[in-house]
Amino acid sequence: MDDTKRYERLRDRFQDGDISRRKFFSLLGAVGAAYGLQTPFAKYANAQSVSQVRFDGWGGIVSEAFRKHAFDPYTAKSGVKVVDGTFPGGDEYLALVRASKEGEYNIAHLSGVFDYARYEGFGLASELNLDNIPNMKLVMPALTNAFSSVTPGSLSAVPYDYGTTGLAYNRKYISDEEMKEKGAKILIDAAYKGKIGGWSDWRTRIWYGALQTGQDPNNITDIDAVWEAVRTHRDLALKYWGSGAELMSLLAEEEIYVTEAWSGRIYALQEQGHDIGYYDPPNGFGWQECLFVMKGSPMGACEELLNFMLDPATSIAVAEGQNYPPALDPTKVDLGAKIPTLPAFDATGTLSGLTFANPGYWNGNEAEWSETFSRVQRGY
Amino acid sequence: MSIEAREARQPWILLAPALSAIFLLLIVPLLFIVVYSFWLRSAVGADTPGFFLDNWKAALTDRFYRDILLNTLKIAAITTVACALLGYPAAYFIARSKGNKMILLIMLMLPFWISYIIRTMSWINILGVSGALNSALIWAGIISEPIQMLYNETTVILGLTHFLLPFMVLNIFVSLDGIDTSLEDAATSLGATRWQAFLQVTLPLSLPGLAAGGLLCFVLGAGTYITPVILGGPRDAMFANLVFEAIIRQLNWPLGSALSLLLLMVLGVLVAIYNRYLGMAQLAKGLG
Repeated sequence: MDDTKRYERLRDRFQDGDISRRKFFSLLGAVGAAYGLQTPFAKYANAQSVSQVRFDGWGGIVSEAFRKHAFDPYTAKSGVKVVDGTFPGGDEYLALVRASKEGEYNIAHLSGVFDYARYEGFGLASELNLDNIPNMKLVMPALTNAFSSVTPGSLSAVPYDYGTTGLAYNRKYISDEEMKEKGAKILIDAAYKGKIGGWSDWRTRIWYGALQTGQDPNNITDIDAVWEAVRTHRDLALKYWGSGAELMSLLAEEEIYVTEAWSGRIYALQEQGHDIGYYDPPNGFGWQECLFVMKGSPMGACEELLNFMLDPATSIAVAEGQNYPPALDPTKVDLGAKIPTLPAFDATGTLSGLTFANPGYWNGNEAEWSETFSRVQRGY
Repeated sequence: MSIEAREARQPWILLAPALSAIFLLLIVPLLFIVVYSFWLRSAVGADTPGFFLDNWKAALTDRFYRDILLNTLKIAAITTVACALLGYPAAYFIARSKGNKMILLIMLMLPFWISYIIRTMSWINILGVSGALNSALIWAGIISEPIQMLYNETTVILGLTHFLLPFMVLNIFVSLDGIDTSLEDAATSLGATRWQAFLQVTLPLSLPGLAAGGLLCFVLGAGTYITPVILGGPRDAMFANLVFEAIIRQLNWPLGSALSLLLLMVLGVLVAIYNRYLGMAQLAKGLG
């Protein structure tokens, strides 16, 4: 179709007096509006599928490590731009994705098999072609199996790293011995009233409530006792933190002396010279993170990016940057000098020493527990 | 078409873009929220469409929501009073200043150039245990150990006052600026002291501006979400935080919709009362 000739014919009709000036300009306006509406979105859609992939992660030092060691080198190599966004938590991100158009969000750095199951439950799961991700053979089977047990026969994500939510404490005020002796109960120790912190995440609060009441976090038998522990912690705590940056700031500024914390963030604080200790209590909260590909994403480009990110050189550099051990099997890949020193690192590649949240158990209780926590947090 | 008919159409033509934007970007999403509020949640999977009153019943009868709503209104009211007490003298000073009025007004606007979140977070650097105030007090020998000032309801009110004060000052300023200063002079020439002239002439005439600023501060304060998150402790929350938690954390969009509509209705009633007694024209002047 030749639009120029159409325009010329229209102009001739106007000049010949066949159509009024108002009609002529109305038609031009309609064409302009149609062009304006169509072009930017078509351009965006094409760019999304061909030349860029959206990645969302946890922000802070984690995103910095991804950008520096994975995205920028990948873009330089492939020409595919990685647009990276951040979120403070999996719940917030899930709400965003649910409200978005299919394909708007592509890859997310999700935490825990329970998150993988939730996204799958909302119909957001894609199906990866693992033939396009040969580096998957280097990943610990223990991590892969956890995800494939949720979606038998297919995977929507590749495991990428793991860590723990343990106890962080300021050594100026709390000794290593005291921490080991008190364990999770230090978070409900009245001696530290006003100097205790905690993550505002309901799962973590309940998990630590279970530890404080001597229960198995994956099989809580007395939830009322757990809520009482959560209330005690609430009344002693100065602040519930909402992001890794806030956690690091509260500890570094000595607003709080003790809190549960993400292992990698505490390692980063230690690297910065802060005398902050880190301790994983028995049954501490372990989690495995994955790179989840949303349904409707450009699969070829996403698989290529995932394979690049699982390449040992990339994966080790990212792990060293974000301070979380990679999903690569240490019995198959030489992980270098720094990674074995990271908190939660498992040299056996079995992860048998870590306790992960049972996705069926936690997702099954999510509706009730998340709502109850909102009330307990506010004094009920 | 007659000239009268054309003139009658003209305002609607001019208003059409704004009305279209309001309809598409406010009314239509609001209707979606109304519909959603009658659905039922599903923790994993799609919500259940239908006409269920469960969310409304919870929002209207549950003590938890009522208490947080009342606390929200209390915090908004305290903030509004604080803004009025702090804002009136500032507005009066600007309105009565000669020559440098524009500079003062620009200085009043300056905070708007900085993100509200950044402005709120600045209090952490001021009131934190290693913040400016504690450091200054320790340096001056007034205290030996830092005082814990952050993360409580007072800091939430402080942060909100910081955020809302310019709205109050602007509204009062507009009102004061329109008052003929010779009225005060006339009052004093008739034997009133300056204070009496202010109390009996200037203050009553500036009340519409004070009320408009009060309404703005109250509505914006009651709808705030970020201040309690940044400056509040574990218990501190306002109603908007519950809406956030219902929608984002609990993925309970239907309940979150009902809660957000409830807050909208409560604030709408306050605006309607204001409009009944003072009219919206004063508010428009203040915003203009």
